[in-house]
Amino acid sequence: MNWLAIGAIYRFEMSRFFRTVTQSIISPVLSTVLYFVVFGSAIGGRIESVEGVSYGAFIVPGLVMLTLLQQSISNASFGIYFPKFIGTIFELLSAPMSFIEIVIGYVGAAATKALFIAGIIMITASFFVELNILHPVWMLAFLVMTAVSFALLGFIIGIWAKNFEQLQLIPLLVVTPLVFLGGSFYSISMLPPAWATVSHFNPVLYLVSGFRWSFFGISDVPVGISLVAVAGFFVICLAAIYAIFRTGWRIKP
Amino acid sequence: MAPIISIKGLQKTYDSGHTALHGVDLDIEEGEILALLGPNGAGKTTTISAVCGLVTPTGGTVTVGGHDIATDYRAARSMIGLVPQEISIEPFEKVMNTVRFSRGLFGKKRDDAYLEKVLRSLSLWDKRDSRNNELSGGMKRRVLIAKALSHEPRVLFLDEPTAGVDVNLRKDMWQLVRELRADGVTIILTTHYIEEAEEMADRIGVIDKGRLLLVEEKDKLMKSLGRKQLVLELAKVPDAIPASLAGYELELEGNRLTYTFDTTAESTGVTRLMADLASAGLKFTDLSTRQSSLEDVFLSLVDEGQQKEAAQ
Ligand SMILES: Nc1ncnc2c1ncn2[C@@H]1O[C@H](COP(=O)(O)OP(=O)(O)O)[C@@H](O)[C@H]1O
Ligand SMILES: [Mg+2]
Repeated sequence: MNWLAIGAIYRFEMSRFFRTVTQSIISPVLSTVLYFVVFGSAIGGRIESVEGVSYGAFIVPGLVMLTLLQQSISNASFGIYFPKFIGTIFELLSAPMSFIEIVIGYVGAAATKALFIAGIIMITASFFVELNILHPVWMLAFLVMTAVSFALLGFIIGIWAKNFEQLQLIPLLVVTPLVFLGGSFYSISMLPPAWATVSHFNPVLYLVSGFRWSFFGISDVPVGISLVAVAGFFVICLAAIYAIFRTGWRIKP
Repeated sequence: MAPIISIKGLQKTYDSGHTALHGVDLDIEEGEILALLGPNGAGKTTTISAVCGLVTPTGGTVTVGGHDIATDYRAARSMIGLVPQEISIEPFEKVMNTVRFSRGLFGKKRDDAYLEKVLRSLSLWDKRDSRNNELSGGMKRRVLIAKALSHEPRVLFLDEPTAGVDVNLRKDMWQLVRELRADGVTIILTTHYIEEAEEMADRIGVIDKGRLLLVEEKDKLMKSLGRKQLVLELAKVPDAIPASLAGYELELEGNRLTYTFDTTAESTGVTRLMADLASAGLKFTDLSTRQSSLEDVFLSLVDEGQQKEAAQ
């Protein structure tokens, strides 16, 4: 392993992040506050509690997941798209690095940034509701696994994208709707049975459910299934990236 | 001594179906400066890209320092520094950071003293804290060179390093190339400026349409293909070249008579021509000789190649 090279990418990416850290933090914090105002106050007034958890607290795991997914995808996709766009990717390709090392550098940095922001969201949320985390270790495990898996997805999107529009397309058209429909702000037990069944085809459901379980011990699907789902997603993304680098798809003529 | 880079039967057909390299064979000796000369689209950049890992070859093998670029790419690539043809550089980073990053990518420990030396040699030291997008085009190219040198490569590729570069930078660049060569770094450059290939290179490879037409020591190339011309300023303009001089390769333009001869031939024919001129009654006021430039050599090679292709 060329750890020095991995470290070089990681540090380079992190320094880019911290150069604009206020910008990076303001927008997620602001939207979290808005979610609390809109969902927590407006809807929370009508729904008192979900399975014994106050509605305000109930939406926190969903909010954190929403931000975590968006951040890991956008950080990783931009991280690799930008060198492709400005041409500096030549240096990565000519460096004595294996693809796995390049991926560790970029995905590691993207996941770190996403986790950092997820942490900020939780701190912000703790000003609005009282958060008791039942299984902190599992919570951390879910956070890290999700951040890494979706950073891998972001990396793939960054390599696939041929322009900035495409870069935004999947997060906007696929990921955000899936998060909203994946029980981030409600329990699927609140849905009519047909919709509840459809929801089970939404991969984000398993993430949010498992993550929420680590907070409150309640879940829409058994937590074991959530773990398998995250692990499966991780493996699929890794296999896709392996194929990309083996064939040089969209990075190497 | 084994060549530091050995290219055998290198082929590249792009996805578009275009074949940019039709089996290139080239051995590059350690410590030499090799110039790859060829018109646009000849395949110079493709050749360099294949060696550096930017393009996947569709055929052939390449070794760098004995390491195969496909199976032993780590060892092979860590010996190489590449200055690409296009200026691509992280716009918002500071100069020193980008150079440090490059060194890290190649798995080298941080060594700011060495990087200072590199930046100083490129007159970039004062700019180390400037952002890349604040630099002029020439300065950006210097940064690219600094990045390529940051990991102490044994082989340096310079792809059209002087295209669109001002005179000062060009001079500095050649000075640097000479210094690097003195340190034992092998340098492969491509250039459109034939005088530069002529001035800088130890050997010259001529490439056209994906084929390496020849690789030759520069001096030998100049000698074997170099033709000389004798230019005579005639005292009086003749109507035509006298019939008695029909056996010579002569050209008449105004009062200027040009005789082209081969320096390697057993006899240049100059003495005989002088005698024949005198007997034809032609007097001249001045004479000079000139060596044909690499450009002429190059053009005649490309011509030859095209004729061969047409004949096939
Ligand atoms: N990525 C690519 N896809 C398709 N064709 C390419 C690509 N890159 C270069 N070519 C073609 O390959 C040929 C050789 O190009 P190149 O190696 O860049 O030439 P040079 O550097 O000598 O000007 C040209 O005809 C060029 O159009
Ligand atoms: Mg070129």
